[in-house]
Amino acid sequence: MMETLIEYITRPWDILGWGALWLILMAFLVALPCGQVGSFLILRRMALTGDAISHSVFPGVVIAFMFTGDLGSPWLIVGAGLAGLASTVIIELIHKWTRVKQDAATGISFTALFALGVVLMEVMLGQNVDLDLECVLHGRLGLLLEADTMDLLGLLVPSPVVVMAGVSACTLLLVTVFYRVLMLSSFDAGLAASYGYKPALIHYGLMFTVSFIVVAAFQAVGAILVIALLILPGASAYLCTHRLKIMLVLAAVHALLSAIGGMYLHVWFDSNMSASVVVSGGVLFVLAWLLGPVDGVLWRWMKDDLVEDPN
Amino acid sequence: MVPALETHDLTVSYHKRPVLYGVDVEIPQGSLVGIVGPNGAGKSTLIKSIMGVVPSAGGWVKVFGKPLKENLHRVGYVPQRESVDWDFPVTVMDVALMGTYGKLGLFGRPGKKERLRASEALDKVGMLPYSNRQIGNLSGGQQQRVFLARALAQDSDLYLMDEPFVGVDAATEAAIVTLLQEMRKSGKTVLVVHHDLQSASEYFDRLILLNMRLVAYGKVEDVYNNELLQKTYGGRLTILSEVADQAAKM
Repeated sequence: MMETLIEYITRPWDILGWGALWLILMAFLVALPCGQVGSFLILRRMALTGDAISHSVFPGVVIAFMFTGDLGSPWLIVGAGLAGLASTVIIELIHKWTRVKQDAATGISFTALFALGVVLMEVMLGQNVDLDLECVLHGRLGLLLEADTMDLLGLLVPSPVVVMAGVSACTLLLVTVFYRVLMLSSFDAGLAASYGYKPALIHYGLMFTVSFIVVAAFQAVGAILVIALLILPGASAYLCTHRLKIMLVLAAVHALLSAIGGMYLHVWFDSNMSASVVVSGGVLFVLAWLLGPVDGVLWRWMKDDLVEDPN
Repeated sequence: MVPALETHDLTVSYHKRPVLYGVDVEIPQGSLVGIVGPNGAGKSTLIKSIMGVVPSAGGWVKVFGKPLKENLHRVGYVPQRESVDWDFPVTVMDVALMGTYGKLGLFGRPGKKERLRASEALDKVGMLPYSNRQIGNLSGGQQQRVFLARALAQDSDLYLMDEPFVGVDAATEAAIVTLLQEMRKSGKTVLVVHHDLQSASEYFDRLILLNMRLVAYGKVEDVYNNELLQKTYGGRLTILSEVADQAAKM
């Protein structure tokens, strides 16, 4: 019994060796920046906007690919970033100039743009291109070990890991520098505006950062699963604490645990790695819901007969 | 002495429909002013447009004789309690500290001095013992006290408060009134959007009667009369006209 358990735990390392570590690290580096900006999206009640951006970057990628013909081109990131911003602008325009409300405007904007991307891809690019729908939807995190490597101080690092490490570092820097601005404008936009903060600038700045991260994460986890990585870490952390700083730290912990769990599921069941990461993230969310130290179901049930002192 | 606040022909529109037309007021320093009027009269819009939170379609605002931008740090804004998400993961102390952000600029971090100011402000409203509580675990009255503490921590000279008395218990209401009067005594100028006509004449020394236009503005004894209140509320609500009648008899 014990031996089988140990066998399960060591199996990925036996099969993949260092590769297992690269997979965990890559999944973590994708989930980490997503979880950080995602936490603010949740607090600003804009989770659906993250959804919108992740879908609408797709036509941007396709259009940029049409011009460059190279999937590794940095223009893809620019195109995707612009498409992401375009979708938020379209949402605002519909919301402002018609009687259609924000949620419906979001639904229109991202589905239409995503569909546009699908049509463009099929019409303009034909079938024999290296940009397949499967990858767009689900990503190809599992193929990481076949990617090119870069020599960093004698260590051969898969180049997507290097890219995501850069993205993660930028994101952490931005969140640290703009922490108070983001907190205040998310909590009380009116007070923030009265201090002379520019709400529109903060909004679009955040949206651009989300687009940028989504594009970077896009190749690894695809357009659909990236939404989960934007929302799950923050939402799970939100259930476990009443402090924003701790929430951001816990979101990072969630990202790491999902990455580890995802790698195991991937090896044990030979499942899609990106989906496995999201499944373990989902399991962690349920655990936070049941056992969260602040208002987890279990504690609430145990404390049920205690009436809190109204003072 | 230069007036604390001056608006001239202040006009605001939503979706091209004006909601506030041509408001002219001049508020001397050290006054406690109530803004009253029926629902939809533009009371909140008035202070939001003074703060520049809502863009104005015309007119100008001067604060202590200068455009708002140059004197932004002298103005404290207290939004409606319902305007924020009380499940937000911050503590009472965090919210009080937000009052100090205005003077810190975009990247300054609150230090010892700011913490002290926030603690003093919380102490003044009796919320210091709750410093580490998450704001969602407070009663409505306590939440409003935290908002006031945040305003006190701003250490401004002019305050604009949006409905601070909504949803608070009687004890908190009394505490807020005492606090407002203390603030006035120390030379602060406070504008308060208020929904209860009856108490308005007791709490404030000046009133702005608003119904999309400025119906009247002046000292309570000059404007709190049957005719002007009828004009403000349009005589639609009989209970209000009774209140106005009583006021006229007083």
